[in-house]
Amino acid sequence: MSLMTFLKATAATSALVAVAAFATGLTAGEAAAQIRIGSVLSITGPASFLGDPEDKTLRMYVDRINAEGGVNGEQLELIVYDSEGDANKARTLATRLIEDDEIVAMVGGSTTGTTMAMVPLFEDAEIPFISLAGGIVIIEPVNPFVFKTPHTDRMACEKVFEDMQARGLSRVGLISGTGGFGKSMRGQCLNVAEAYGIEIVADETYGPRDTDMTPQLTNIRNAQGLQAVLNPGFGQGPAIVTKNFAQLGIEVPLYQSHGVASKSFIELAGAAAEGVRLPASALLVANQLPDDDPQKQVVVDYKTAFEAEWNRPVSTFGGHAYDGLMILVDAMRRAGSADPVAIRDAIEETTGFMGTAGEVNMSPDDHMGLDLTAFRMLEIRDGDWTIVQ
Amino acid sequence: MSAWLMQPRTGGLLLLAAVMVAIYLAAPNNFYLDVAIQIGLNAMVVVGLNLLIGYAGQISLGHAGFFGLGAYASAVLPVHLGVPPLAAPFVGMLVVGLLAFLVARPVLRLKGHYLAMATLGLGLLVFMLLTNESQFTGGPDGMAVERLRIFGERISGKDWWYLITCVMLLLSVWLTLNLIDSPTGRALRALHDSQIAAQVAGVDVARFKVIAFVYSAMLASLAGSMSALYSGFVTPDKAGFLHSIELVIMVVLGGMGSTFGGIIGAAVLTSLPQFLTVFAEYEHMILGAILMAVMIFLRRGLLPAILDALRRRRLS
Repeated sequence: MSLMTFLKATAATSALVAVAAFATGLTAGEAAAQIRIGSVLSITGPASFLGDPEDKTLRMYVDRINAEGGVNGEQLELIVYDSEGDANKARTLATRLIEDDEIVAMVGGSTTGTTMAMVPLFEDAEIPFISLAGGIVIIEPVNPFVFKTPHTDRMACEKVFEDMQARGLSRVGLISGTGGFGKSMRGQCLNVAEAYGIEIVADETYGPRDTDMTPQLTNIRNAQGLQAVLNPGFGQGPAIVTKNFAQLGIEVPLYQSHGVASKSFIELAGAAAEGVRLPASALLVANQLPDDDPQKQVVVDYKTAFEAEWNRPVSTFGGHAYDGLMILVDAMRRAGSADPVAIRDAIEETTGFMGTAGEVNMSPDDHMGLDLTAFRMLEIRDGDWTIVQ
Repeated sequence: MSAWLMQPRTGGLLLLAAVMVAIYLAAPNNFYLDVAIQIGLNAMVVVGLNLLIGYAGQISLGHAGFFGLGAYASAVLPVHLGVPPLAAPFVGMLVVGLLAFLVARPVLRLKGHYLAMATLGLGLLVFMLLTNESQFTGGPDGMAVERLRIFGERISGKDWWYLITCVMLLLSVWLTLNLIDSPTGRALRALHDSQIAAQVAGVDVARFKVIAFVYSAMLASLAGSMSALYSGFVTPDKAGFLHSIELVIMVVLGGMGSTFGGIIGAAVLTSLPQFLTVFAEYEHMILGAILMAVMIFLRRGLLPAILDALRRRRLS
């Protein structure tokens, strides 16, 4: 046998093995009485910072729930697929979960794009879908089988405007990133500004790879009667805005969005970050919450568990997955069954559930159930988060 | 009779149709049909692209751009311009055809790396347009597509779409095979071997390159429109660079210059990630290894290599 034929044979065999493994993967695990729940997450690819902690959280808590006896006496079986942030892949994988794996409920969808691509499938199949993405389009208009756990961009705008109102600031300059996040939040902020008596006096944008925002900020500084600046954006853009803002010596308060709520923002922006305010989840300041805060127990427990298991700092995105899974499990327990429609009805009746994002009170018109108290207004002082009272 | 059956245009098409029926009957549930539909849609693009790459010898790294334009045509036209959803794919096809025609002459004067760069740029431009014009396209998060209705009936079932995809794929294969077997096809093949020789023999090189380019772009656009109508949602990813590369790999993997080979390439590359989800973390590694093995040992692509092996066995 020549080397060539040997290698060819090897290649052919490995392909056969792959096919065989696929076939066994499909038939395995059908015997035990289990409740199958599915998840499609963006574990790799550009949105991996969302999908990775979500995946870790789901796996960890499903194991814990099973160790404690499962749900309604049955074990949970979690099937996770990676969409790589691609809406088309997400759609195919969701079809697979529904048709082939025959799940009873889904917790997943890291991005608004992948979620929206999967929504029609769950609607047709009448299987409840709890999304972990931020976009308001997911729950507006309400789709009977679709829910979500994170706060929306609009709520972040409202929280910021509420704080501005309290400080007597009304003339605001907007500088937004042109990525999906910045774009969507800018639109929501423009929509709700009027309701809070806020006037947008400047509206600038920057590209995701820009390294200097001085020109846009100079335009904003020159706006008549400027009282505050808000920067909806994500990634390193807001850190550059914050630095340029300090370099230009602009004297009004700077607000960032919940998109920068991570320690790396403070590290990147350095001393310029002092005094910057932003709305964020309680998870970020878990240990600073007063002991009588009703959310304290949940966020401290989740933070401790996640950091002990994975040895890395907790993120709010993993928290969304925690909330989604717990709402689902809670609903299954109340419904006393694993029938998709019964689970859906029970999810819609969720009241007083305390999650990492805040207290959840669902209703037929509100499939998120969070209000503005879910957000905490934080200020950066001495290189750390402080809760603004 | 048997010679007639061995012709790609008759025997090949019959075989393809038979495989389609077999898949439909064998599919245990709708998930398999979904994958088959995706394969069919990719195959439509690949069949056209193969004419450009395999026959005319011109590379395009921007075909996902045409696919994306087609997809957004069926999303944007009904919502913003009131075009009926059933007509949108064809309006999209015409617009894409016109665009391809306009850019074809200047772009196809380039060769090798330069042609690759120019088509790459074209694809990127489309991608940026779809991402940035968010008031029309919904931006990076994409937009929903109105469901297709024929005589008031909502076409959303997998069975329907499988049928539509199969018919369209068969049609495009038939059309392509006819084109290959015509003077145009012979001119394209001459061009592939040597542009200068073709020119000397009296072939209008530029004209035939443009024909292949426009034809493949329109086919990509149609497949894009169908994919958008089928999935009910579009995102700019469909027009992305990676998708362009995927399409070229399907052509090369299946066999350049082999229409049915391209379909096999599309089938392998579309379904393999589904098979490999069992290995989760190793998915990309295994996929890469398989591609490398094929490229090293079956350089002409899957189908031509298999046919060669069969022919050799028969001779010996």
